[in-house]
Amino acid sequence: MSVRILRLFLLLALACAARAEIPLAERRSGYEDMGRETRAMQDDDATNPATLWVLDGESLWQRKEGAAARACADCHRDARDSMKGVAARHPAFDAASGKLLNLEQRINGCRVERQQAKPFAYESRELLALTTYVARQSRGMPIAVESSERTKPFLEAGRATFRRRQGQLNLACVQCHDERAGRRLAGTVIPQGHPTGYPIYRLEWQGMGSLHRRMRNCMAGIRAEPHALGAPEFVELEMFLMWRARGMRLETPGVRP
Amino acid sequence: MARVVVNLPQRARRGEIIEIRTLAGHGMETGFRRTQLGELIPRDIITRFTCSYNGIEVFRAELHPAMAANPLIAFSTVATESGTLEFRWTGDNGFSATHSASITVD
Amino acid sequence: MTTRRQFLILAGGAAVSGAVEAQLPPNIEALRKAALAEAVRKVTGDAQVRRGKVKLDLPPLIDNGNTVPLSVDVESPMTSADHVRAIHVFTEKNPQPYVISAHLGPRAGRARISTRARIADTGAVLAIAQMSDGSFWSDSVNVVVTLSACLEDGLI
Repeated sequence: MSVRILRLFLLLALACAARAEIPLAERRSGYEDMGRETRAMQDDDATNPATLWVLDGESLWQRKEGAAARACADCHRDARDSMKGVAARHPAFDAASGKLLNLEQRINGCRVERQQAKPFAYESRELLALTTYVARQSRGMPIAVESSERTKPFLEAGRATFRRRQGQLNLACVQCHDERAGRRLAGTVIPQGHPTGYPIYRLEWQGMGSLHRRMRNCMAGIRAEPHALGAPEFVELEMFLMWRARGMRLETPGVRP
Repeated sequence: MARVVVNLPQRARRGEIIEIRTLAGHGMETGFRRTQLGELIPRDIITRFTCSYNGIEVFRAELHPAMAANPLIAFSTVATESGTLEFRWTGDNGFSATHSASITVD
Repeated sequence: MTTRRQFLILAGGAAVSGAVEAQLPPNIEALRKAALAEAVRKVTGDAQVRRGKVKLDLPPLIDNGNTVPLSVDVESPMTSADHVRAIHVFTEKNPQPYVISAHLGPRAGRARISTRARIADTGAVLAIAQMSDGSFWSDSVNVVVTLSACLEDGLI
């Protein structure tokens, strides 16, 4: 009787193993799947093309904007102090609106409410520069988004998206990035897909881009209709991905193929 | 003016070889790409980069469409005397960017 | 060797009206080889180009052909009497063969440049150093270009 129960338990355990998350010690950043020279590009601030955006972001931080003629620096002072850890804990729950906000939405929220300026468009040079500059201040810090009662619905929605088969190729994220990570797809190593370096300088784009832009590329890859930049589905998925990467160090600004 | 990043030491010994690394923000449109409708996107690149040391050109490069976007150009020069290094990028459609850096040579 | 990208551009080109010249000519390899030879000849004239003294460093397996870090290092004392005048880099498979021409001189101290190139397809990259005594030295590396996964247009 107990042997049967044990066998059943083992079967269940095996079935669950395929869906279990990657333990922290085995989490690999996309950085480790790149060639030596591409890694060197990310490591050296002097030659990382993303530095161009970091410097633009630094200028924007100081610039007086909107009807309120207020700069980020007027409230937040030195970003190196005030923005430390911010990117590592976004997306975050905004108690005032009851919504989940990612870093881009948080920045635009400030623009509209505090600077009385128009929000920056997603993937605009200004928003990328500011997001990169802010996220850069969390470089080296462990990713730590909130996992609690109030963020649980968003995390579950993101997890469901990660597990759902989509598109003409009928593939779920989990199939490539959990089950087959480390194996090759058309000559390229499949990464685990942790958002450790965003916004990134993607060699394919020859420019900076956000996680949402990258996820749109993922969806195009499986021939699914991509969600709009900033869509709630993407913010929830972003939340789940950051939770899945918790404990890993933020590398912003990353360089990726 | 386009954003540029120039990295070099602020001080050096006389005769020391210093490494200079430069980055320029530029899309470097090759002139070989086409839009979804098949129209050719015209070339728009940086074509020339120079570095002058107290007015004397010490390095020059001609760039072609095969240079990557946001081009990196790293080279070296001998620290001969204190003064100013002038960097200049020029290209299609009247593109121009400059940067100045001081160096103290003892 | 035709890449998947080239094949699809050809296939797409055939479907679009004749006014659009998206098709590559059938003898593209021969044309590009000739263009490279011509470009090298423009730089070297009739002088012999010998292998040696030049070290062209770039990854043999390329993450993305859009941005390929490369460096060229030439053995030379870099004195007024004996120095590298210029370093030229070419590719075999790009739409046009030139990458960069760097002009040095004794004030460089070291004959070494680093940059990033666009390399369209698997093939050779060639570096030629022009010395102050009029001689030419070269190095060549064969690289394999891979396409990164999950692109914007989902072309592949």
